[in-house]
This record gives sequence, C-alpha cells and structure tokens, in this order.
Amino acid sequence: MLHLVLFLVFGAICVAGAINLLAQTHPISSALSLVVVMASLAVEYLLLGAEFVAVVQVIVYAGAVMVLFVFVIMLLNAGEEERTKGSRVAMILGVPGVLAGGLLVAWVLLKRSETGSVTLGSLPGYPKTIGNLLFHDFLLPFEVTSILVLIAIMGAVVLASRPEAQIPPPGKES
Amino acid sequence: MLSLPVFLFASLIKTVLVLFILLTAVAYTVWLERKVVGHMQNRWGPTRVGPFGLLQPLADGAKFLLKEDLTPPHVYKPLFIAAPMIAVVCALSSIAVVPFGTSLPIFGHNIPMQITDVNTGVLVILGITSVGVYGVALAGWSSNSKYSLLGGLRASAQMVSYEICLGLSLVGVLIVSGSFSLSEIVKAQGGLFWGFLPKWNILYGGQFIAFFIYLMAAYAETNRIPFDLPEAETELVAGYHTEYSAMKFAMFFMAEYANMITVACLATLLFLGGWHGPVFGPPLLQALLPTFWFVAKVFVFLFIYIWVRGTLPRFRYDQLMAFGWKFLFPLAIANLVVTALIVAYRA
Repeated sequence: MLHLVLFLVFGAICVAGAINLLAQTHPISSALSLVVVMASLAVEYLLLGAEFVAVVQVIVYAGAVMVLFVFVIMLLNAGEEERTKGSRVAMILGVPGVLAGGLLVAWVLLKRSETGSVTLGSLPGYPKTIGNLLFHDFLLPFEVTSILVLIAIMGAVVLASRPEAQIPPPGKES
Repeated sequence: MLSLPVFLFASLIKTVLVLFILLTAVAYTVWLERKVVGHMQNRWGPTRVGPFGLLQPLADGAKFLLKEDLTPPHVYKPLFIAAPMIAVVCALSSIAVVPFGTSLPIFGHNIPMQITDVNTGVLVILGITSVGVYGVALAGWSSNSKYSLLGGLRASAQMVSYEICLGLSLVGVLIVSGSFSLSEIVKAQGGLFWGFLPKWNILYGGQFIAFFIYLMAAYAETNRIPFDLPEAETELVAGYHTEYSAMKFAMFFMAEYANMITVACLATLLFLGGWHGPVFGPPLLQALLPTFWFVAKVFVFLFIYIWVRGTLPRFRYDQLMAFGWKFLFPLAIANLVVTALIVAYRA
C-alpha cells in the first residue's frame, strides 16, 4: 500500500517535472526541472529495490551530466525563449493527437506484458550482483561502451579545438 | 532488530540531536579556525566575547540574523534565493549515514549510533556532494555579476574535477573492506596487528596514498586553501557569494564548514578506523568511549585543515586544474590498480 502511494507520488513528481521542462521559458529552469526528473527516477529505482542503481543515477545523471548542461547554459548566456504566435490548428489537432498516441502505446504495452507488477527486492540490486553480471555476462558490451565513450571524448576534443593557423599569435593583435 | 515505532522515535531523536550537534560544531569550527589561524599568525584571535572568545559564534549568529538582507535588483530571484538553500541542505544531509559509535543500550533496546545504515552509504555521501555543486554554480550565475559568475564557474568546475579523484581514492578502501556500508567498513578495521598497531585502513589496508589523495581532493571539494581561488578576496572579491548578505551568506558559510566536518567524518571512518580505540571501564563508559575516539579523530582532521589554511599560499586556477587532472587522477587510478592486484593476490 505504502509502496503504491510512494510510486504514484514520485511518478507524479517525475511527470510534473517533465511537463515543467517544456513549459518553462528560461533554459536554466528547464535544466533544473530535468534534475527533478532524474531525482524522482532515482527514487523509483529505490522503490524497486535497486539501491545501487538509484545512487549511481543521482551521482552520474543529476550530479555530473546535468551539471554540465547547467554549465553550458550559463556559459552560453542563453536568454529566455521568444514566444511566437501559437497556431490554433496545432492546438486542435496536436493535444488530442498526443493523448491518443499515448493511450495507444499504453494499451499495447499493457496488453502484451505477461508478468504482473514487480515486487520489492525481486530483482538483483546488490552491488556485488551487478558487478558480477557486468564483468562476467555483459563483459563485451561493457568494453565496447567504454570504447564508444573514448571515441566521443576524442570527437569532442577535435571539434572544440581550433586549427593552429587560425589562432593569431599574441602581441600581433591590435 | 527494533520494532517500527521504537525505530521511528529513536530516528527522530537521533536526527534532532545530530543536527543540533552538527550546527554547534559548525559554529565552533569557525571559532577554532579563527583562534588557531590567529595564533599561527602571532595574534590572539577572538578574545573579547566571553572567555577565550567562546561566545563569538553566538555574536556572529545574532549579527547574521539582524543584518539587512539585501537582494540586488538585477539578480534572477528564484535561483538567487534557492542556491544557498540547496548548498545548506546538501551539506547537512550527508551526516545521516555516518556512524558515530557502536550501539547504545537504552531501556533494553540496542540503538545504533547512526541515523540510517544504508547499504550504499559511501555512495550516498558522494551523491549528495555531487548535488551540492548546484548550490555554488547557481549562486554564481543568478547573481548576474562578473565576479560571481567567474567565481561560480571556477568553483563548480573545480568541485566536479576533484569529485572524481575523491571517489577514486575511496574505491581502494571499498576494495579492501568489501562493502559500501559505512558501519561495515568501520567494523572491518577493528583489532590490532603486530600486537599494538591498529588495523586502520591507512596502515593495515595500505591506503596511505589514497589517504593523501583524499586529503587533497577534500581540500579542493570544500574550496579551502590551498584550493580556494574561487573565493579569494584579492582575485574575485568574494567569488560566488559576492552579492549575498546576512542570512544567505551565513548559509553558504555554514554549508562550507558543514562540508568540512562531513569530509573529516568520512576520512575518519574510511581511513583512520572510525570509532575504534582503546575501550575500558564500566559498561556505560564502554558504550560512550567509541564516540569520544571518533570525535577526537575528526578534531585532528579538522585541525590539519585549519593548520594547512594558516600555512600554505593558494594555487592559481590553471595549476589547480592541472594538479587535479594530470597528477591526482592518474595517481588515484594507479592506487586502485595496485590495491586490486594485492587483494586479488591475497584472496
């Protein structure tokens, strides 16, 4: 009972954060709403009994990835969005369309799922189990992912660096 | 195992008590710093307010409450007000997983001296520290002034970089102890080896390099000298808290010292054996002595913090970042690899 209540409360917070992200005009407010979404997802993981994943979600997503997002927004000095004139047609067709699409997806998923709901503690959540799985059963995906991340870092460095010839030598600018 | 009502009641009492003690400790750490740095600089420090200046924190608290709380007109108000709150909440919450001692037998129940014993206690503290970066970054940005923005960006970039070294230095300890839970890690450091040396992780666990990496990363995380360029007066007026006054500034101040105390507690638990120490005497004394040893070790760590503050000049920002990424990070990884090899060889 408490499990269901907590799930609904934090699910509602998550969805509210996501909607707030779209509704806010200032990018910093949107980024902080996304942090709220990440944090409530971490609580949902905790409700499933996956405490390691929950804490890693906070450390990696809320504490590192979103901090970088916030940095970028601060450095770029992104201002508030401009409001263009809304389109009546988009509102009339769009909102019911999204609702219908969402209901369709939910119906298909619920119809096809054979298992019931997951009970607390039924999935392996201990760090030891996760470590074993990661380094025994899923070793190849793990190594390939790390190479992917390395390629991404190298790509970022290459994209961000300017070629030598275009940087004017110091002292010659006037 | 305690029954639910006893657990809830005990947790409530423990939370209130720990919070009260932590806030008092924050205030008196400020006093200690002013006295110690003063004596190192051959002057007295606070002496007028009460004997040895011991009531100075009270006077400071009254001052902060009564000062005019100025909100400059050009700030982004919601975040300007929220940022010190984020900083303080994150600084005060990580004390919840720290074990202060063994369990106290009260009215027949064995109440552990720790608010919660989470399976992943070390990671909880790291996670809360990661979220605390938002307080600094948002304070710098929302103040809408050059000094604040630069100070905030520098401080948060420094904190994010040294978080990595902090975490990696702790992984060595985790490998040696085999658990994420803080009370388990402390229990694994009990006993003596060679007859008289305690089995602390810094000696027996071989984590002395990790201890020094942790020390340096902790100074950078808490923005203390020698890594306090983001708040240096000669460089950036006051960095990210330039535009803050009265209670909001006091909240940043509290957050900085509470972070110091949390980091000192973590170092004590993971490297210096936590609450282990010689235990003797009647049962009541035996239950309270571990807490005394814990507090003594935290005090030693805080004294080293303040000692370093009074002694060293500060790093320039590029030196600071180069030190973190090019020296501490490879050293932490090397420590991790060597520790893992030794533990695997012994097993």
